[in-house]
Formats: sequence, structure tokens, C-alpha cells
Amino acid sequence: MKNPNRSTGLLAVGAAALLALAPLFLNAYQVDVLNSIGLYALLALSLNLILGEAGLFNMGHAAFYAVGAYTAAILNTRYQVPILWTLPLSGLVAGLFALLVARPVVHLRGDYLLIVTIGVGEIVRIALVNDVFGITGGANGIFGIARPKLFGYVIRRPQDFFYLIWGCVALSLFLFWRLKQSRFGRALNYLREDAVAAEGSGVDTAYYKLAVFALGAAWAGMAGTLFAAKMTIISPESFSFWESVVLFMIVILGGAGSMAGVLLAAFLVIGLPELFREFAGARMLVFGLVMMVMMVVRPQGLLPARGRRFTLATPGREQKP
Amino acid sequence: MSASLAGTPLLELRDLTKRFGGLVAVNGVSFTVMDSSVVGLIGPNGAGKTTVFNLITGNYRPDRGYIHFAGQPVQGLPTHRIIMRGIARTFQNIRLFQQLSALENVLAGCHYRMRGGILSALLGLPAQRREEQQALERALQALEFVGLRQQALALARNLSYGDQRRLEIARALATEPRLLILDEPAGGMNEQETEALIGLIGRIRARGITILLIEHDMRLVMRACEQLVVLEYGGKIAEGPPEQVRRDPRVIEAYLGAEDEV
Ligand SMILES: Nc1ncnc2c1ncn2[C@@H]1O[C@H](COP(=O)(O)OP(=O)(O)O)[C@@H](O)[C@H]1O
Ligand SMILES: [Mg+2]
Repeated sequence: MKNPNRSTGLLAVGAAALLALAPLFLNAYQVDVLNSIGLYALLALSLNLILGEAGLFNMGHAAFYAVGAYTAAILNTRYQVPILWTLPLSGLVAGLFALLVARPVVHLRGDYLLIVTIGVGEIVRIALVNDVFGITGGANGIFGIARPKLFGYVIRRPQDFFYLIWGCVALSLFLFWRLKQSRFGRALNYLREDAVAAEGSGVDTAYYKLAVFALGAAWAGMAGTLFAAKMTIISPESFSFWESVVLFMIVILGGAGSMAGVLLAAFLVIGLPELFREFAGARMLVFGLVMMVMMVVRPQGLLPARGRRFTLATPGREQKP
Repeated sequence: MSASLAGTPLLELRDLTKRFGGLVAVNGVSFTVMDSSVVGLIGPNGAGKTTVFNLITGNYRPDRGYIHFAGQPVQGLPTHRIIMRGIARTFQNIRLFQQLSALENVLAGCHYRMRGGILSALLGLPAQRREEQQALERALQALEFVGLRQQALALARNLSYGDQRRLEIARALATEPRLLILDEPAGGMNEQETEALIGLIGRIRARGITILLIEHDMRLVMRACEQLVVLEYGGKIAEGPPEQVRRDPRVIEAYLGAEDEV
């Protein structure tokens, strides 16, 4: 029998190659859909750390996305900071914001945390609509965000953004995969499986809850920068409760803790409705039904997370659980 | 090391009290666990034994009294800090990371002695990889020690009940504790498994690790422990070597009607 890991590996390489070449034979609109999918994939991968790996129910992820996007937009339009330069700062601000809001609530049980994070998401959106800080432009948002420049090349066309966004997705996949193989990645899983046992094994669970919230939020904040750069206009409606719900769905539908599953689900959840645009209202109905059926027949997600791989010396072969 | 320290107190509980609403689950309990000894904590169901364990590992805060470990107070510390001081535990209702492999479960015990953080993982630094490799080896040794080396990559939930109990012990040992506290380690085990467990307790002890265990299986308690503490209704009713305790009228009365265990 052929090695199943090898064939899934080949499949992944094939899909990646196909995706990389897609802008060559797709039109601008289709590429733009792929860009959208890429942004959601990036966001969902960051939520997957919090929700999928650590099992913390965060239904307000759009808030961190918003903080990042607005940080980038404000720095760019007011202080003329080149938009891509704002990337680390957007991440930092979103991460710090997450620390601030998560600190008092992160110890809450799953269902309570869910409700609190919904509240955080709504508070951020309402603060933006009402222009609480006087610099977010209220309901109209911020416009005139400059095009990003990379090595003197202005990123303007959807094809350009495609490579920027999907490059970031690829980099995130690589980094998060490394994280998953590490002490940090395992600690997140201990939290999800049994926080009492984790603490009782010497794991500082409070630290890891906060750290993963900050890390996931920082990543969402950086995705917000890309979003601001792509749109050149941002407004509060891009960061509604629905966005948080969609991200939550992508993670659960794909398979909590499974990066391949999250990617696939991003394609399905964001891409499929675009394919069926002409059916307008009915498509959301079908979408809802599909979600329900999925959760009943395949609660572990489309591509459930697979175990870590370890190379064990003595029995002499690489195995996976 | 252990020989020279034998005879010094490792764990001291004084006047420990814990209430749950109106119920006094632990009532002014004091006892001492000497270094390198095996002590059994026994008593009828609901006597407060597990609550004493939860007080020791900081899952509950005592309403009164104190806990000293290796001469230092530990009450009020977060649980993981108490574990870092050198106390490791298992749970009465097995608490493993069910969806993870046996190996990953044991790596949890190795966790606090490692240092790699987010950044070193993202960068894949050589020091981080080396540390991971060393942890892997230590975890495998712990699995080997309890006889689960072959099941290293099996998911915890797929292990038999007895193996799950032993996996919990391996995870606890991976923290390299000075004191191991076991909450009904033979619970749900068959005769053979219990026999193997008694052997395992002996080997843990031979490594110089002090053991405090809760157990209902009286044969195990009588054979493995050199000192017993008996609780009833949250209070201590007897203490001493097993032969003396089993003849204590109050102990016999406490166990009477329950089963003819003692
Ligand atoms: N978290 C808790 N909340 C309320 N009551 C508890 C709690 N934990 C234990 N108890 C009660 O305390 C008493 C002692 O329980 P426990 O320590 O588990 O007994 P044992 O381990 O000796 O069987 C029991 O009456 C139990 O119902
Ligand atoms: Mg108990």
C-alpha cells in the first residue's frame, strides 16, 4: 500500500501550485474573490489558535481585526506611515488590546467567555460607529488609504494583492505549523483538553490563555492591515458581529485545530456563495442547511486535526498516533 | 540523597480546614509525611480525602490551617507553582488529555522544566529543537518506567483503564517530583493490574520519591504503606503503622457496615 501521508502531501503541493498559478487564467473579479478567501483564511487561522488549539470560545475576533485595520488606516492617512510598515504596529496594538480585554475574562468557562467576547466585538463596533476617539471617522470610516509599496513596486491590481495576501497565508501556515510542534503548541492543547490537569502538571494555564489570545489577536490585527491596504476605505460595517460568526464557523466547519481544514472551509464558506450569486437569498438558506447537516454528520469538521508526528528512536520508524 | 533525608518531614499539614457551604469537608486535620516514606490516606467515601489532596495542590484554598512542603509554606500558591516546588499528583477520576497521545500527555509533565517560548518556536532555533528532543527522551523514559513505551503514540482515550491510570502516573513522574500523591491509583484495576501497581509503587519509592496515596484496596494499603492516616467525616480518627491502625476500634467502627475491608 502507498503511504497515505505521501499522497496527501502531493495533493497539497498540487493544490498550492494550482492556486499560485490561478491569477494567470482568472479574471480580476475571480482573483478578488480569491483575495477575500485569503484574508478570511488568515483570520480563521489566527482564530484557530485561540478556538481550535486552545479551545477558548472567542466569538469577537472581528474586534481585533478592526483594531488592526484602524491602526493601519490612521497611521497611514494621518501620519503618512507607509501602509505595510504599519503591519507590526497593527499587530502589536491589536495584541495589547486583546491582553487588556482578555485579562479579566479569560478564566471564564467556555459559554461565558463566548458571551463576553460577543460583547467586546459589539463594543468595538459601536465605538467605531460613534467615533468615540474622534479619529475613526464614525460610520463613514476612513478613506484615502495609500496603496502599499513593496521594493518600489506599487501593489494595485487584484493579481498583486493575490500574491501579497496568499504569501502571508503561506507564511502563517509555516509559522503556525512550527508553533504546533512546540512546547507552546502542546500547552494550548492541554488547555483545551483539560485545564485542571494541565495546571496540575505544572502548566501555567492563565499565562497560556492570555498569550494565545494576544497572539491570535495580533495576527488578526495584521490581517486588518492587509484589508485596509486592499480596500483603501474601511468602515465599521466590515467588522460586524457576522464577521466573527463566519470566522467561528470556518474554524469549526473545517475542523478545530486543523489548518488544512480551516483553509478548505475558508474556500467553501467564502467562495461557494460567490459561485451562486444569482440565487441571492436562497444561497444563504442552502448555506445554513449545509452547516447544520455538516455539524450533525461530521462534528469533528471537514478535515479533522491529525496528531503530531514524532520520530521515535528505538522501535525504528516514524509513526503518527 | 534520600537516605540522609529520611526522617525529616517533607509535607506537613496543620489544622487544615475546608468548608463547602455548611459542610465541613476537612476539619482540623494535621499530619506529617516523612521524606522517603509511603503514607496511605484512608477512610470511608466522602471522608474528605480527595479534598485534602485538592488543598495540597492548591485547587482549593484552606479556610484555616497551613501546608508546608520541604519547609516552605505552599498554601495560596497557584497549582502550577506548587507542582514546580516538587509535588505531583494523579486524579481520582482519571484526567488525561484524551485526544492526545500518551507521549504528549507525558510531555505535559516535562513542560515546566523547558524554556522555549513563542519566538523560539516560530524561529525554530537550534536550542529549541535540542530541548524538544531532550524532553521527548525524558517522556519516553517515563513511559518506559510505567511500562507504556509501546503505547507511546496511542491516544490516551484508546488505552485500557489500568493503562490510563499508569499514564497519569507517568505524566506526574515526568515533572520529577519529590512527593507523588496518588488518588485511588488502583481504582477500576483488576487483580493483576493492582499487583503490577504495587510493584510500580515500590520502584517509584526506590527512586527516592515520597508517596502519599488514597486507596480503598486494603491489601494494597497494607502492603505498600508504612504509615496510615484515617479520616472520617472530615476529621482524623487514627494514625500509625498499618498493623496498629487496623486494630484501632474507631477505625473498625468507621469501616463497619461498609465492607469487611479492614
Ligand atoms: N467542590 C465541592 N463542592 C461541594 N462539596 C464538595 C466539593 N468537593 C467535595 N465535596 C464534599 O466534601 C465531602 C468530602 O469529599 P471528598 O473529599 O471527595 O471525599 P473522599 O475523597 O474521601 O471520598 C463530600 O461530602 C463531598 O460531597
Ligand atoms: Mg475521593
